[in-house]
Amino acid sequence: MKILGIGRALPAQAVTNAQLEQLLDTTDEWIRTRTGIHERRIMQDETVTSLALDAARKALADAGLTGRDLDLIIGTTALGDDLFPSIACLVQQGLEADCPCVDLHAACTGFIYALDTADAYISSGKAKNVLIISAEGLSRVTDWSDRGTCVLFGDGAGAVVVGQGEGLLSIRLAAQTGRELLYSASPAQPCPYTPSEGDGSWGIRMQGQDVFRFAVSSSAKDLQAAAEEAGMQVAQADWVLLHQANMRIIQSVRQRLGVDPARMPTNIHRLGNTSSASVPMLLYDLYHSGLLQPGHTLALSAFGAGMTSGACLIRWDKPVPHELRDHAETLFFA
Amino acid sequence: MDVMNKIATALAERAGSAADAITPETKFQELNLDSLDVAELIMNLEDTFSVTIDMSTLDGTVGSLVKQVEEAGK
Repeated sequence: MKILGIGRALPAQAVTNAQLEQLLDTTDEWIRTRTGIHERRIMQDETVTSLALDAARKALADAGLTGRDLDLIIGTTALGDDLFPSIACLVQQGLEADCPCVDLHAACTGFIYALDTADAYISSGKAKNVLIISAEGLSRVTDWSDRGTCVLFGDGAGAVVVGQGEGLLSIRLAAQTGRELLYSASPAQPCPYTPSEGDGSWGIRMQGQDVFRFAVSSSAKDLQAAAEEAGMQVAQADWVLLHQANMRIIQSVRQRLGVDPARMPTNIHRLGNTSSASVPMLLYDLYHSGLLQPGHTLALSAFGAGMTSGACLIRWDKPVPHELRDHAETLFFA
Repeated sequence: MDVMNKIATALAERAGSAADAITPETKFQELNLDSLDVAELIMNLEDTFSVTIDMSTLDGTVGSLVKQVEEAGK
C-alpha cells in the first residue's frame, strides 16, 4: 500500500488563547507553556461533513483520481454531524463515488487504524484504491466550561487516498481497556423504561497525568516496534510525525527515542489537538512545505481513548507538490 | 547513591535548584513542577529503578515518592 494523494481542510475561524482568556479563567502563558498551543481552528460556517468532503476532494485531486476510482471509503471521527449515517456515507455522493462506505472508531488513533484496514483490503485484492477521511469537530464535543480540556482541542480534516504499492514498510496497532483515563459520555437521551445512568455530563474527561504516561510510553514502544519491523531505528527515519495532543508529550517522546528535533515537525501551535485528523493534517503540512522528498521514510504514531495506539513506517515516493507554503508559517520544530 | 539522593538530584536538575535543598517534606509545587513534569519524572524514575509507581498514592511530597520507589523495589 502507498499514499497516492493527500488533502486537508480547516475551518476559517482561528480562536486564539487571548480570546479564550475572555471566556475562561486561563491565560495565554499557561496554555502555551503547558500545551504548546497558541490558537486552534473552530468550525463556524463549516460542518464536519463539509470539511471531510473538502479534504477528500483535495486528496483525490492530488492522487490524480476521481471518486469513481474508489473501492472503499473509510471515515474516522469522534462525532460526525449525525450519529448516523457515517461521514464516509455522507461524502460519497459529493465525490461521485460508488463504493462501500464505513466509519471506523479508534479515537485519536483512528487514522493509523484506518491505514491498517486499508492495507488489509488492498493486500487481499478486495480494493485497489481506498479513501481515508479523518474529520473532527471536537469543538462540539468538548465542555467549554472546563478550562483544563477545552483549550486543547480544535477542528479540521485530513484525507489520503491509498492504493497498491510498497510504501507501507510496517504497521502496528494496540488497544487496552482504560475508559477512566480519557472518555466522552454518550449523547444518549433518557428512556422512560430505563433508569438513567452515567454522570449525565457532556465533554471530554481526562486524567492528564495518566494520559501523558500512556501517550509517551505507548508512542515510544509502538515506534520502536514498527521501526524494528522495518529493519531500522526510529531515529533513522527522515521524519517522525506524532499525534499532536500536547507539545510536552511530543518533546518527551522525542527525547526518549533520541530523535533529532529537526526531524520531528509539529503544528500543534496553530491547530491544537484535532484527534484522528492530527496526523494526516501534519503530514499534509510537511508535504506542502517541500521538505518531504521522494525516498524519505516517515514514522507516524498516534494514541488515544480506548486506550488505543499505533505506529507505522512509510517510504514516501510522491514528488514535491507544485503548491508550496513556507514551513516557517506552518511547522514548528521543538 | 540512595533513592532519596537520586530523586533529589533528578528533581533539582529539572527544577533548576540545588539537590541538597530538597527534603522529604518538599512539595513538587514548591519546585515549580507542574503535573506533567511530575508525570515525566516518575516515568524516568520507573525506568531508572525498574519499578512501577502508583501515582494515586502520592501526596505531593518528595517523601511520598521516595517511599513508593523504595517499597516497589523490595
